[in-house]
Amino acid sequence: MGKTLYEKVWEAHEVRKLRSGQSQLFIDLHLLHEVTSPQAFGMLRDLGLKVRYPHRTFATVDHIVPTHDRTEPFQDPLAQSMLEALRQNTKEHGITFFDLGSGNQGIVHVIGPQLGLTQPGMTIACGDSHTSTHGAFGAVAFGIGTSQVRDVLATQTLAAQKLKVRRINVEGKLSPGVYAKDVILHIIRHLGVKGGLGYAYEYGGSAVEAMDMESRMTLCNMSIEGGARIGYVNPDETTFAYLEGRPFSPKGAEWEEAKRRWRSFASDPDAPYDDVVTFRAEEIPPTVTWGINPGQAVPIDGRVPLLEELPEEERPLAEEALAYMGLRPGQPIKGVPIQVAFIGSCTNARLSDLREVARFLKGHKVKKGVRALVVPGSEWVAKKAEEEGIAEVFREAGFEWRNPGCSMCLAMNPDRLQGDELAASSSNRNYKGRMGSPRGRTVLMSPLMVAAAAVAGEIADAREVFGIGR
Amino acid sequence: MLEKFTVIRGRAVPLRGEDIDTDRIIPARFMKVLTFEGLGQYLFYDERFDEKGNPKPHPLNDPRYQGASLLLVEAGFGSGSSREHAPQAIKRAGFKAIIGESFAEIFFGNATAIGLPCVTLAPEDLRALFQAVEADPSLEVEVDLLAKEVRFGGRVAPLALPEAAREALTQGLWDPIGELLEAGSLLDEFDRKLPYPRRSE
Repeated sequence: MGKTLYEKVWEAHEVRKLRSGQSQLFIDLHLLHEVTSPQAFGMLRDLGLKVRYPHRTFATVDHIVPTHDRTEPFQDPLAQSMLEALRQNTKEHGITFFDLGSGNQGIVHVIGPQLGLTQPGMTIACGDSHTSTHGAFGAVAFGIGTSQVRDVLATQTLAAQKLKVRRINVEGKLSPGVYAKDVILHIIRHLGVKGGLGYAYEYGGSAVEAMDMESRMTLCNMSIEGGARIGYVNPDETTFAYLEGRPFSPKGAEWEEAKRRWRSFASDPDAPYDDVVTFRAEEIPPTVTWGINPGQAVPIDGRVPLLEELPEEERPLAEEALAYMGLRPGQPIKGVPIQVAFIGSCTNARLSDLREVARFLKGHKVKKGVRALVVPGSEWVAKKAEEEGIAEVFREAGFEWRNPGCSMCLAMNPDRLQGDELAASSSNRNYKGRMGSPRGRTVLMSPLMVAAAAVAGEIADAREVFGIGR
Repeated sequence: MLEKFTVIRGRAVPLRGEDIDTDRIIPARFMKVLTFEGLGQYLFYDERFDEKGNPKPHPLNDPRYQGASLLLVEAGFGSGSSREHAPQAIKRAGFKAIIGESFAEIFFGNATAIGLPCVTLAPEDLRALFQAVEADPSLEVEVDLLAKEVRFGGRVAPLALPEAAREALTQGLWDPIGELLEAGSLLDEFDRKLPYPRRSE
């Protein structure tokens, strides 16, 4: 009987069983950022412990950094103190820190893959739920809390409980104007935001195999929004091609050996799954959210649901969502006015996202009255985008071109919605208050759909705005 | 020695709503802190207070539920962000346990690791508990992790809790750091055996 990648990686990293029945799991790569780590270092200090294997930990600053003026000290003294704490903690414990201006600062889930730190067959942990992103490489990668950050710092291990595995096949070919973001919103819409509780999601099928690495990252990134703590894609030639030559990738003779080892982690053809679900790629439309969680989504030419169309148990939340979003049941989602357009976040701030938008945005202008921001995922992405003329396309269209960080996705920096502004956003969460205003509203969509909304001044179909495939 | 959680008694606050995410439990702007101290005051801040800081109608602002030590929730509680600030805020606001229909994975792990048991009841039992508490906020509720049941108003409802978490909580092993450290040189073996990540050149 074959095994899944999840099972193989788990077995290779299980140090021993704990008295509670959980496993002690070794973590190959630990990523840190400024929000969820200071308390962990504090606990370490209180316990008189050291960082056990500092060479396995890498840090950057992303959540609180201003994306406009990054002169220090920041205007927000709390943000400044968090940056200082991370600088001090990484220095004291000998941890590599990609600071502002280092050329490698950026959103933690963007820089790991970009530097080649993220590799197949690894276990990866970070105090951030979107650590699932790294699963795109065939790694078992998951978000952890701060007490667990302490555990990893002190022992490079975690107490963990094995998950079930659901194979999600996406078969066929995606239509023009449809992206990985639409695929994952479609999956969550159908399987639900609680559908993945207790599962790891393994994505496969011809449409996933055809995706580039950055699309696979988008797909895995939002596994957590479907309730699954991890999501992954089996490593293949696409994975290896992406990793070759990156700063932390194996080199020379080690490269071939690494590929052999990485390949061996892929799920066996006869691996048993706890569940299998199949979607048809051709049936996936550009998808946008209408509510207050990522599962409350509809096709762009669809309508906000009528309460009576929904299963009874979903109605109270739908009612709450409609009231919060200021939408009427049955209303077409297309045409809802927007005030803000945001392209960024660990879901969609990679170079390929920006390239794809720029390709269509050229020659268009952001509608008057719309505040439009692009926040590249890393200093490297920003630099490449400048070199390739992508940044200029955005600027000419009327977007503000910002410095790298998490920005409006969770608004721990000065970028935030005001009052009940409605944002078209390429980020991952449309929760109440998520973008920094307790009444602010978020509609999730692909980066190209955000650009279309920015140009139209309302939620729009990118295929119509940019004349794609029609 | 860690506290052993066996029977937790108290009054309960009923908090209705499915898929309550950790952004709602504690909004991101309150995470600009270097310690978890004082987070209790920001629990459900945007649901409890308006933009001027005036209290809004909310079970946690309701005088009838003041001093309650059990939080009653529905399905999918704690979804979204991995912030430990969320269970920390709940614990620091004085709650000793959470009773619900289901919990998000990371939230559950975070809560367990700080000694905040999250137990689940069958939907019909949970419904009855909500109704009983809403009808009588002074009702005493007992969460018995040893007998694996929740008792209230003469009713006994079986509770579910993954066995590893139950063991950890009842045996005082819920903070695993001590046991993880015991692995000692076994850790060095794994560090040698697993070749990641390589040094940048």
